[in-house]
Parts: sequence; C-alpha cells; structure tokens
Amino acid sequence: METYKLTVNGQPKEVAVDPGTPLLWVLREELKMTGTKYGCGIAACGACTVHVAGIATRSCVVPVSLVGDRPVVTIEGIGQDPVGRAVQDAWVSEDVVQCGYCQSGQIMGAVALLKSTPKPTDTNIEESMGGNICRCGTYVRIRQAIKSASQQLKSGGAS
Amino acid sequence: MTAATNFTNDLLSRRSFLRVSATAAGGLIVSLYLDLPLAAQEGGQAKPKAYPPDAFVHIKPDGKIVIQVNRLEFGQGVHTSLPMILADEMDADWAQVLAELAPAADVYKDPVFGIQMVGGSGSIAHSFQQYRELGAKTRAMLVAAAAEQWKVTTNQCRTEASVVHGPGGRSAKYADLADEAAHMPVPETVPLKNAADFRLVGKKIRRLDSRPKCNGSLKFGLDLDLPGMKVVLVAHPPTFGASPRSVDDKAARSIPGVADIFEIPTVSKGTAVAVVADKFWTAKQARDRLRIDWDLSRVERADNSQLREKYKELAGTPGNVAVARGDEKALAGIAASNRIVAEYEFPYLAHSPMEPLNTTVRYDGDRAEVWAGSQFQTVDQMAIAEILGLKPDQITFHTEMAGGGFGRRATPDSHVQREAAAIAKRFTGTPVKLVWTREDDVQGGYYRPMHVHRVEIGMGADGMPSAWRHVIVGQSIVAGTPFASFIIKNGVDATAVEGTADTHYDIPNFHVSAHHPTVNVPVLWWRSVGHTHNAFVMETLIDELATRAKMDPIAYRRKLLKPDAKKLHGTLDLMEEQSAAWRTKLPAGHAVGFSCHESFGTGVACAVDVSIENKRPKIHRVTVAVALGLAVNPLTIESQFQAGVAFGVSQLMAKGAITLKDGYVEQSNFDAYTPPYIIDAPAAVDVHIVPSTEKPSGCGEPPVPVISPAVVNALSRLTGKRYRTLPLVTV
Ligand code: FES
Ligand code: FES
Repeated sequence: METYKLTVNGQPKEVAVDPGTPLLWVLREELKMTGTKYGCGIAACGACTVHVAGIATRSCVVPVSLVGDRPVVTIEGIGQDPVGRAVQDAWVSEDVVQCGYCQSGQIMGAVALLKSTPKPTDTNIEESMGGNICRCGTYVRIRQAIKSASQQLKSGGAS
Repeated sequence: MTAATNFTNDLLSRRSFLRVSATAAGGLIVSLYLDLPLAAQEGGQAKPKAYPPDAFVHIKPDGKIVIQVNRLEFGQGVHTSLPMILADEMDADWAQVLAELAPAADVYKDPVFGIQMVGGSGSIAHSFQQYRELGAKTRAMLVAAAAEQWKVTTNQCRTEASVVHGPGGRSAKYADLADEAAHMPVPETVPLKNAADFRLVGKKIRRLDSRPKCNGSLKFGLDLDLPGMKVVLVAHPPTFGASPRSVDDKAARSIPGVADIFEIPTVSKGTAVAVVADKFWTAKQARDRLRIDWDLSRVERADNSQLREKYKELAGTPGNVAVARGDEKALAGIAASNRIVAEYEFPYLAHSPMEPLNTTVRYDGDRAEVWAGSQFQTVDQMAIAEILGLKPDQITFHTEMAGGGFGRRATPDSHVQREAAAIAKRFTGTPVKLVWTREDDVQGGYYRPMHVHRVEIGMGADGMPSAWRHVIVGQSIVAGTPFASFIIKNGVDATAVEGTADTHYDIPNFHVSAHHPTVNVPVLWWRSVGHTHNAFVMETLIDELATRAKMDPIAYRRKLLKPDAKKLHGTLDLMEEQSAAWRTKLPAGHAVGFSCHESFGTGVACAVDVSIENKRPKIHRVTVAVALGLAVNPLTIESQFQAGVAFGVSQLMAKGAITLKDGYVEQSNFDAYTPPYIIDAPAAVDVHIVPSTEKPSGCGEPPVPVISPAVVNALSRLTGKRYRTLPLVTV
C-alpha cells in the first residue's frame, strides 16, 4: 500500500492503494467515480478513456503510481470544459447513445480530438476514435456529433 | 428468439384490471392488477400478491409523470418509446415524463410471451396496445374528475400537455386533478386515438436517457456500490463442465482484502472457484494468483477442426425435416450445368456486450434482493429463488440499466444469477457483486452456435430456382431448456432454420432439414438468432442465381418473391428509389451489393457501396429501407438500423470468430475476438421507413441479418469470387 496524491477534475484526492492498481480502478473503487467504464482491461476498447495531462489515456493499463502530478479529467468533469460541454451537448442533440456504456470513453476521445484538431476530417475521426469500440455500433452518429460539436465551437457556442 | 416463443401464457388465463388510488404524498397512481389464477381463487388458498402501488403511472403533485417500463433497457430505446406511447394517449406533457425500469413482477410480464423479458424484437410489437390503453384509461379518469368538478360532461373537455380544458376557458392541471381522479371508476374500455391525432407517436423523439449516459452519472449494474459490498470473480474451468483436481490458494489468500475463496458448482455440472474480496481489483489480483490443476479427463473437449469435419459429413445427409414442399426428386431431373452446390461455414460468435456481465445479490435469510441487467427477469428471479431456497416473490429483483446484451442477458439457465446466488448465500446480509471479466465473457460460452449449411439448387430454363435442397447443421439453442417444447418441432429447432424455412421466395420444390449435434459448448441466441446465418446463405445464393441468370439483382428478387410478401416488396421499391442517386455513379473500384430479408415481422432491404482497402471490405455507404408497420419513434428506428448494421458487420471481421482447440477457447479478449471498430463499420447509413399505420413490429434485430450478405455480394462483384466461409479472413 502506498499513498498517492492525485488531481481529478481539479480536485485534490488522496488514495492508499497498491502501486500497481490501474487508474481505472482507483477512480471507480477508491474515488467512487463510476462514469469511467471497464470494458476490456487491456487497452483494446477505450471504455476507460480519461485525460491525463490533456491526453486521452486508457486508464485500465495505467498504474496509479505512474500518474504523478499530472491532472486527471474524467467524464464527470469534462462538462466544465467548453469543448467537453459542446461535445456532450452534441451527443445529446444527435441522439448518439444506445446502451451508453462506451460513451464516456467515446466522449473523452472526441474532446481530445477536437482540442487538437478543431475541424476534423473523416480520416481524423477514424484515426483518433479508431480504438474505441461501440458494441451497439453507434459510429455513424458519433461521426455526426463530432462534426456538429466542431461546428458549434467554431460558431462561438463555447466562448 | 422466434415469435413462436410463447411461454406458458398464464397471463391470458387471468383477468387483469386497472386499479387507481391516491398516494399518501398526493398524486394519482395507476396500476394494472392481476387477478389470481382461477384455480387459486376456487381453492381460496393463495393470498393476492402485492405489487408496487404505482405499477405503471404515477402523477406526482409537482406535475412529474413517472412511467414504468416493463422490460430491460440496454440500448434498444424502449425506455423512451414505451413511455411515449402511454404519454401520447394520456396527453401528458412530454417534458414532465420520467421513465423507470420496472422490477420483476407479474404485472410487467410481456403480454405475449408470458414472462418478463426482452427478446424476439417484441417490446413495441407486444406492448404497444397495452401502453396505449394504460394511457387512455388514465386520461379518461383525469377528464372525469375535471368534468365532475366543473359539472360538465366529459365530452365538453379536451386534454393537452397534462392539462384538462373545459368550457368557459376553465382548465386544470393533471397534478391538481390526481387526487380526485383516484376516486373515479376505472373505465372498462376507452376509445384510442386515431393515428392522425398522435402527438408523440410517429415523431422523432430523442432518448430520455441520453444526458446521464453522456456525463457519467447513469449507473449500470456494474457501477452498483452498496454499503459493505463484496466483489466476486470466479475462476471458471477452461473447458466447460470440468472441475479442479486441486486448488492452491495460498498466494491468493495472502492478498489483503480477500475475504474467502471456495468452490462452487457451475451450471455445466463442473466446479469453479470463487474469490470474494473487498474490491474488483483485489479479487482480480487474487484470482490471477490461484494455482488450479484442472481435471479435464471427464469432459468432452470440443475442437473446431473436428467439429467442422463432423458437421460437413452430417450436411451431406438429410436431417430432420423442417420443410418438404413439392417434389423431392426434382433436383435429379435438372442437368448438372444448371445446378449449384454450395457449402457454408459459420463460426461460434460471442455477444460481448460492452458492459461485462454482472449480478449483485444480498441474501437476508428469509428474503433476498437482486440487482441485475436482465433480459429475463422472471427466469432469473426463479433461478435465484431456487438456489436460495426461497419463493420468487421473496426476491426483490431490481432491473438495472445494462450496457448492451444482444441476447447474452437472456439465458434460460440463468447461469450468472445462479453463481451469484450460490456465493451470496454464504454471506448472509452482505451484498455480493459477481463480475465476469471480459476474459470470462469471451471464454465463457453461450455463443451463437457454429453452423454448416449445404445447399443444392437446380435452376429452371427461366433462371429461377425450381428445386432447392438445404441441410443445416448446428447445435440447438433451446434443447434442454423450458423453451424446447415450444420451439423444437419434429426434431428441428425453429431458431436454427428461421430465415430459410420461412423464406418469402417462391421456390416450388423446396426441402429444408436440420441436424442438431450435441457439443460441449453452451450456445445462445445472438441478436437476430438463426437469421444471422440463414439470411447470409439465402441472400448470397439469390445474388449468385441472379448473376447466373444475367438479371438485375433487385428485379430478380422481386420476381422470385411471393406477391404477398408485401413488406419485402415495399422495402425493395423504397431501397431501389433511395439508393439510385449514388448507385448510378459509383467511383471506380466500388461495387454495390444488395440484400433483403424479413425477420421478426419486419422487412428490410439494403444497398451497400463497397470497395476493397487493405484487403478488407470498406463500407462507404448503406441505404436501408424498412417496413415495420407504424413507426412509433422514427428516430429510434433510424438509430437501431444505423448501429444494427454496424453490429452485423461483426460477422465479417477477420478476427470475428470464437474457436476451440482441444477443449480450450482460443480467444480471450478484444485483441483476438474483435468487434467492428469505427473503421470497419459503414461510414454512412441512411434509413427510410415504408409509411404504414399497421400494427408495429420490432427494430432491434432486423438490421443485423441484411448487412453481411449485402457486403459480400458487393465483394463478389469486385473479385468474381464467392464467399461462403465466415468470418471473412481474406477477400
Ligand atoms: S477497459 Fe481500458 S481500453 Fe478497454
Ligand atoms: S452505445 Fe452501447 S456500446 Fe456504445
């Protein structure tokens, strides 16, 4: 057991866990933030995607000991960010979700994409979202929602 | 499962009636109460069961209207569309409507299947009338309350957005009428709206559950966190039905947080090892450290290559007869040059719902409480009761939102729930959450069965099939389950032959038979069930026949379809029209592929634009036409079809197969058993609905069967090859 100080969604947190515990299980079981999902545990589905220092990261394979002082942002906090809010709104207005289980990860992926590439092409979307599985298959509407969030942000909806 | 799945329909043998009452906190509650079975009434023994008081509708004093959804929501959208139906007849203010997933109770049983369940794409088809009547009766009582207050007739009142309007500009909100309405007699019958008067039904209404699914606040079963809860992982035998020879759990037990480790029986008559811990991660660490010597000597070790040989051999012999129409010897009279002999192979497929399987049980001695994302509440509740030695009504069963299912949460043997209950029984008073990891799920069986089809076709001078002999080999899904007596006829499991035996193509001499070998691999319905393989065989062969006849593939289908196959004719016409613009100017290297198929009462036709990139099919575009009667929520239908065709692409994935070698499943996670990613799915899907006011049919499963044959038909046009083995490893 070791004690780790983390910054999650801007809040300081402290947890005492085994150093090998993946960030995913620290979020879900220690901090009771269950918006970040477990889908595969081997970085193959993207359900557990969070931002670590702004980078979309598969939290299921990142031991908490490696997080250090880099800020962590999860689906519970991304709405405070203008891009995050725009993406969530686009997801709702495009009626993207079905079961919804993959969508925390999809949204975190989409926010990271739009922050680096505000006007993504289909190829940008395919590359950036390429590792996120939606078993329900909502990919067509994910594409639409990313484009509509991009439009929305461009037209100043997120000042 | 098929529409024929008509479980012992005890609902029909009872009288059901509405009951209304005021709640202590104010407001109107509408419940559908079931009378006791006749026998119980005569005996005067059994006590009436207690149901949740607000069984279907609860009008709260603040104007909120809570509508109970009588089945699981796991993506298909019933959590929005069933409340829409009720709210429409009730003239409720949609902005004030909330939906809740109902717990297990008799009142929530599917009115056709007779158990509480999701399956057979039956949610809207079966509950449309039920939810309409509930809404209309609730409205009638609110109107009656207003009319009495105002001393006017009910005919002088109209309703809109949760308000009753009366003569002289009078109006009253539903919430303010609720207490009065509770004292009104419940109407026996009520007129229902004409389709033209619908305010919600037929409109594109967005989902009620989007926002909480987009901000992480929605709790799925796996997210459940109860005080004192334990998390359990189970080490299952690597071969179904096996047991440990010895278990060394010393290292596992030394991990802090591990509460206990013990053996439990599995449904497949083997033994597994349960690891109970304070948290998932602890349980996972501990399970990884178990050293188990498994005894595989007493179990059959299924092996794909052996199964394949055996199935192919069986396919060469006639099986149990599913259809025998016309002359069985007709084939023999057709010259070899006018015959096609085709053999198809389909692998085992895992459902892999995104949310891994889980169930939480707290056993309290004389009662128990369960939380599960179940497609089969009635069956699972009974199974848990049996394990705990309780009666089903001693089990409070909460339906949890589920992250997908595709049939995987509808297990006739309730194996996950039985495991969870067996473990919880040792921890009286402590909630126990059983989690299946992704590896447990991929390796855990309950697959779409492996199949071999052998088809011999003889063509007439007009290029149309005049004789067709079809043998299907694959495990029966329902053999040995309570469903067997309804679904197996003459030794044929209807779910194995659906889509072929009931084809709408008019083939004069048509013979279909099936073999159901027994294999030590548990199998289950996988979204669209038998249609997954039957539609592939039928639609690729029809395409091949059209090519040989040098006919347009749409015209060929139209000619071969029976004239009364109205839904398919309608979808072919609509698909042809809607895809014409892009079909007629395809870029070089692209080809179009078609298919049409009816399943679960819904007709579907599609056209796909495909090219080959990196030796894989690249699906640029899909145009789908759908005939499903009245379109209750066109937005849900569009979504289900857009996403459902992507799900259907699972069958084509290069790593889209579960295989067994010497009794071991060779895949364990998404790295080796790979569902479609965004790059594999169609880049664009446009969905067109054939207008209709007829009784609605479902849209959950019908998108799945059409896509893979259409894609493969396009590939055949590009390469000249025929593709008869799935998954599609090479193009
Ligand atoms: S759970 Fe982390 S990528 Fe699947
Ligand atoms: S919405 Fe169900 S897995 Fe993506």
